[in-house]
Amino acid sequence: MKAKIPTAVALVAVTLGTLCTGCSTAPAVRVHPWERGLLADSIMDPNRDALGSAMMDHVTSSREAASGGRGVGGAGCGCN
Amino acid sequence: MIPLKQLLRIAPMLAGLALGTVSHAQVKVGDLFPEVKGPQDTAAPSIGGAVTIVDFWASWCAPCKASFPAYARLNAAYASKGLSILAVSVDDDPAAYARFVARFSPPFAVLLDRGHLLVRQVSVPTMPTCYVIDRHRRIRFIHAGYRGAETDKALQKEVELLLSET
Repeated sequence: MKAKIPTAVALVAVTLGTLCTGCSTAPAVRVHPWERGLLADSIMDPNRDALGSAMMDHVTSSREAASGGRGVGGAGCGCN
Repeated sequence: MIPLKQLLRIAPMLAGLALGTVSHAQVKVGDLFPEVKGPQDTAAPSIGGAVTIVDFWASWCAPCKASFPAYARLNAAYASKGLSILAVSVDDDPAAYARFVARFSPPFAVLLDRGHLLVRQVSVPTMPTCYVIDRHRRIRFIHAGYRGAETDKALQKEVELLLSET
């Protein structure tokens, strides 16, 4: 006689197993500190061109009376 | 109903999924530092038997650049007393690693952790991170990040403490 497991029990077991393996508790950020070389590239820095940033600030200031909002420093390496 | 035989057939797949999602836990103070081995480009100095600082760095990490002169000073002051420094690069690009080493010419051992084999075992919390290890290969202090004079002072104090131990 073949041993059989109810489908519902099997599904619950698989779901619980999946959750317990880390899918539920794994941190949302999966990029490890040692994998941030590309994120640390200067191309990822929104303020890498000081002259261009100053020009855009002038444009937004004169046309939209808006300024600031450039409070992000550095690139994406997250060092220190 | 799902036959038990069928469930047993997919069990290895589920086990693989489980293993794949589990990452290495971060090593902590009191743990033994893992053996340094793998396809590195230079012979790694053995850890254990000497007070050792293992520093994880990358050429793209600005604080790492700032820390190298400090390690050179530590090396000059304490290498003769038994301190060994090993700087492990996690660079993906071997050329970037080579350029960095050529620029700084560190007077201590450096190696490239190809494939991130070692850093995965250690699971550093940030870049750079350095581990101060005693003669019994036990991690005694961990510095996550480099904070200039503050880190230099702490490292000096810790190295002197470990060197004074038998």
